[in-house]
Amino acid sequence: MATAKTVPLQLRYLAHARSGDKGNTANVGLIALEPEWYDLLRKAVTVARVRRHFRGMVSRVDRYELPNLSALNFLLHDALDGGGTISLKTDAQGKVYSTALLRMEVPVPVAVARKARKGAR
Amino acid sequence: MSGGKVVRIAGGQGFWGDWLEAPVRQVQGGPIDYLMMDYLAEVTMSIMQKQRSRNPHAGYARDFVPLMERILPDIVKKGIRVTSNAGGVNPRGCAEAVLDSARKLGLGGKLKVGLVTGDDLLPDLDELIAAGHEMRDMETGRPLSDIRDRVLSANAYLGMQPMVEALRRGAQVVITGRVTDTGLTLAPMFHEFGWDFDDWDKVAAGTVAGHIIECGAQSSGGNLLKDWRSVKGLANPGFPIVEAHEDGSFVITKHPGTGGVVSVPSVTEQLVYEMGDPHQYITPDGVADFTTIRLKRAGKDRVQVSGIRGGPRTPMLKVSIAYFYGYKAVGTLVYGWPDAHDKARAADAILRQRLKDLGLEFEQILTEYVGVDATHGRLAGPASPELPEVQLRIGVRSTDKAAVERFTREIAPLVLTGPPSVTGFAGGRPQVEEIVAYWPALIDRTAVEPGVRVEILEA
Repeated sequence: MATAKTVPLQLRYLAHARSGDKGNTANVGLIALEPEWYDLLRKAVTVARVRRHFRGMVSRVDRYELPNLSALNFLLHDALDGGGTISLKTDAQGKVYSTALLRMEVPVPVAVARKARKGAR
Repeated sequence: MSGGKVVRIAGGQGFWGDWLEAPVRQVQGGPIDYLMMDYLAEVTMSIMQKQRSRNPHAGYARDFVPLMERILPDIVKKGIRVTSNAGGVNPRGCAEAVLDSARKLGLGGKLKVGLVTGDDLLPDLDELIAAGHEMRDMETGRPLSDIRDRVLSANAYLGMQPMVEALRRGAQVVITGRVTDTGLTLAPMFHEFGWDFDDWDKVAAGTVAGHIIECGAQSSGGNLLKDWRSVKGLANPGFPIVEAHEDGSFVITKHPGTGGVVSVPSVTEQLVYEMGDPHQYITPDGVADFTTIRLKRAGKDRVQVSGIRGGPRTPMLKVSIAYFYGYKAVGTLVYGWPDAHDKARAADAILRQRLKDLGLEFEQILTEYVGVDATHGRLAGPASPELPEVQLRIGVRSTDKAAVERFTREIAPLVLTGPPSVTGFAGGRPQVEEIVAYWPALIDRTAVEPGVRVEILEA
């Protein structure tokens, strides 16, 4: 099977996101900028990769798929220093974990990377 | 979805402290049938409980009353109905204050207020525990008895049903304590369309509609990440409006002539906000499956939402418990170029050594460098020595008030006894804050529902 050549690309070019909190857990909803990129995200943004990306910052990671919204939902456990009013963090409610996930690089086909970078301008 | 009755439910407040002009503009900016206003975040109830313990007339969202005073003449004239959980731990006091306002405005005899009570479990807490309701923390599994003596408030999340009853009995304004945010939107839909409370797909549809508008402008262009520069007119953001249809589908839109945007991306970002398992969005009224939601652009600033499926309500209700946890304080200093990050780090090390030498014990000491790593941690990468400034931000947490108190006196001395190029201490000593923490639990709904009451009060 021939595999297309891939390049690493930050998720910010492929997706937008919003995050919030439930107690000491942050959630990040990752939404494909183009519906056709959802499948790529589903394959590339795995629990293992996200856990590695956030190592030392969160304990467990859960992932849920929402193909109807071209979105993935991640739960980042123990991410908020106790969360709510207990937390001493600036971002006690996990509001900007969204863009922290968008820093992550995933391998994408060259053609997709080209289109995604162009869209960002 | 074509023709037929349309019910317009407008979101007016996304939290206690949201934009005060929003409800007024929702009432004046175009046709709406209902205005829903959500005031209660997780620990808001405990703040209100504290206020009521000092003053028996307090304990609700005070902003709500002057706000209602501004809109009452309009809503009475236009027949707009209001659902709100502004009542906090004193919904009766809140309802009476609104009725007083109505009388002052010459609306005596023209306003019926529906009052929902029965969510407050604090008076019966010991009885409930004795009867075997353990109310374990949903995160840690600990039983409530572990912290019973520190509990400040305990409220069950009620669903839409008592609000539907209040509307049916003619209430124009429905005031509640701890009901779910989504219930405030569900109640108007179920009342208007006469849907069966066991029609789970309709419950799910209303739940999704409620979730979309419960955070105010966060679904209509506020805090929108996608193409944020293209979102115009946020000085006058249009708050979201649900146009509900009898088949359970609905359109999200906003008044014409307002700023912001209602688009598939704006609604999607709000849908995933604070999401857990999307297959099971659990409320007291039923369980919604967010993987069944279909979104479609339906014109400028209009998104059609349809296809939503749901399942039966669970036998449990969520209980929101607030308890005294301890104390915290956060201090900050600003270090300037060059090597601002290194200077801030050196100051942090000195401070920590001094705390240790003083023999102070903390459950947590957390240091962040604002401008370097405060929000993204190590993911932000190394700091440039050329950064113009870095804010050192150190927080401590302890059950020992004296330790936290002493910490607050250790920040300012760093100015003359630590690294150079330091400023930004004009605010004085940091405040010691009491931590009121949140204890989410479940309780059998049969222990709560018999105590729920609906009353109609008249101006």
